[in-house]
Amino acid sequence: MAEAAAVPGGSLPHGQGSALRRMLANRRVVLGGAVLLFFALAAVFAPLIAPHDPVEQDLLLQYAPPVWADRAEPGYLFGTDNLGRDILSRLIYGAQIALFVAVTAAAAAGLLGTALGLLAGYLGGWVDTVISRLVEIWMAFPAVLLSIVLVAVMGTGLHSVIIAIAAIDWTRFCRVVRAETMAQKQQDYVASAVTVGLGRMHILWREILPNVLPLLIVLFTLEMGIAVIVEAILSYVNLSLASDFPTWGTMIADGRKYVNQAPWLMILPILCVIALVLALNALGDGLKDVLDPVMRK
Amino acid sequence: MSWSFLLRRLLLAIPTLFGVAAIVFVLLRVVPGDPIAMLIGPGATERDIAELRRLYGLDESIALQFVYYLQDLAGGNFGTSISMRQDVMELVLGRLPVTIELCLVAMLVAVGLGGAMAVAGAYWRGRPGEAAVDGAAGFILAIPDFLWALLFILFVVVFALDGLPISGRIGHDVGFRGATGFLLIESLLRLRFDAFGSVLLHTVLPAFALALPLAAIIARVLKTSIAEAMTQDYILMARVKGFSRARIVCREALRNALVPTVTLTGVQFTFLVGGTVLVEKIFSYPGIGNMAIDAVINRDLPLIQGLVLTFAVLFIAINLLVDMSYALLNPRMRHG
Repeated sequence: MAEAAAVPGGSLPHGQGSALRRMLANRRVVLGGAVLLFFALAAVFAPLIAPHDPVEQDLLLQYAPPVWADRAEPGYLFGTDNLGRDILSRLIYGAQIALFVAVTAAAAAGLLGTALGLLAGYLGGWVDTVISRLVEIWMAFPAVLLSIVLVAVMGTGLHSVIIAIAAIDWTRFCRVVRAETMAQKQQDYVASAVTVGLGRMHILWREILPNVLPLLIVLFTLEMGIAVIVEAILSYVNLSLASDFPTWGTMIADGRKYVNQAPWLMILPILCVIALVLALNALGDGLKDVLDPVMRK
Repeated sequence: MSWSFLLRRLLLAIPTLFGVAAIVFVLLRVVPGDPIAMLIGPGATERDIAELRRLYGLDESIALQFVYYLQDLAGGNFGTSISMRQDVMELVLGRLPVTIELCLVAMLVAVGLGGAMAVAGAYWRGRPGEAAVDGAAGFILAIPDFLWALLFILFVVVFALDGLPISGRIGHDVGFRGATGFLLIESLLRLRFDAFGSVLLHTVLPAFALALPLAAIIARVLKTSIAEAMTQDYILMARVKGFSRARIVCREALRNALVPTVTLTGVQFTFLVGGTVLVEKIFSYPGIGNMAIDAVINRDLPLIQGLVLTFAVLFIAINLLVDMSYALLNPRMRHG
């Protein structure tokens, strides 16, 4: 039954190999994946590839321009900031924080939202009413303002940022998973599982969840992009990590302050955020095409 | 549209607002930091602190504080801002027109730009023009308003576009103080075109930053609806009559494609309003969004509560307007 359940469309079961091949044939998946891999490698090997200490200040070397400008300082490819810190090294370590927040926050939001969405969609009745009402109230808040309030309440720091993102964006997962669960519930395989006498939690966990999984992968990828933006926003308003720590958002905020003297401070962190977000969006959209059985036909 | 429909929607807004008020209230009461400690200098005695706690009602239990808070809200009293020592309602109402004007300008930009993109895409259907419109919409949508705002600032600085201001709402050299906060409308009515131009120039960049994502969404949805409308019989009829393609797209198909777009635009407009929080901060634009961030940084509980509630009321009002306009546009909905 598990095999039959894996193919809601009803066609032949696909092997792992063919799914992978379809992904590699999708331009958006490959391109988005490549950029993501680039940032992931930079993050993992940051201590090896960063030319300088990202927090080391050198007040004799303030505002050194990047290599393409006149008066560039040798050894500082992208120049230095207002405290003489190496921008390239800060960007590399910034990738570490951006990706760490993206993965953990998206996972936390996904877990919470999926659990509630599955329950609401499958159980229906008052459980559905309570959860749906909660989602509605939650979405009446401006997300940015709510995240800022949450972090202000919990105190600054990475864990607050992650909890804030999860506490706000679980609704995205919840709504989609709820709708999908309701649709899956109408399928024959669920009816037969009920007939065979399988328990409700067993059906939800072992039969329905695997069928919702492709959708979850897509949502997770897109949520990572959102988390990168929210982290940048929170560090921009100085609510993420302490300001000497290299996050892209802090670098953008510093750049905004000195934009008239040194516009290059802002350019590269903004480009990094945009590149990573575009890559995650492309990857998510591409995966949607590859994994969604309805879209595929 | 019937009065009972309107009444029902208004009544439904009450539990939502209550929920928002309750959540914000409880959230803010578990703040580890003490707002009173930030309020007074280091020389304060225990008694001063207790006195202030009593003044702001912080010495009662949380449940009792909430009851008092609701009573005050029902009477239109939002409390007193701790950081600015002014009535919250007055502070918010003073800044609200700024944000409303900014959002309306942004909305106009979004509808104009998105509508133009949609019509162009529908007109060039199946040709490279359509692909260009799709690509542009996808790219615009992938970048949030916050980053567009920063990109605009970079653009202005790097290309030395000194004519476009990147902070504030009106030039310092323009001696214009409106009686209302609606400077754009008021300066126009009083024929102060110098002030109108100055405010408009200051509004261009934040409005575009807010408008771009919405414009892309409008372009996508409207283009799809026009394409759907183009398959209908009356379009065939218009073709048989020999109307030009431009006329068919703009006059016949566009009108019938509007309903789904209006609904979606309304929902997305709430995101635009939420975006003012950061965009106003980035451009030092003196609206309620900018105020909200300062309130959070200062831990000004009454002001945060007032602002979050204001945003929630705005969101509910927008959704209500959307439902009403939907009912007006679509006759079948009028007796729903």
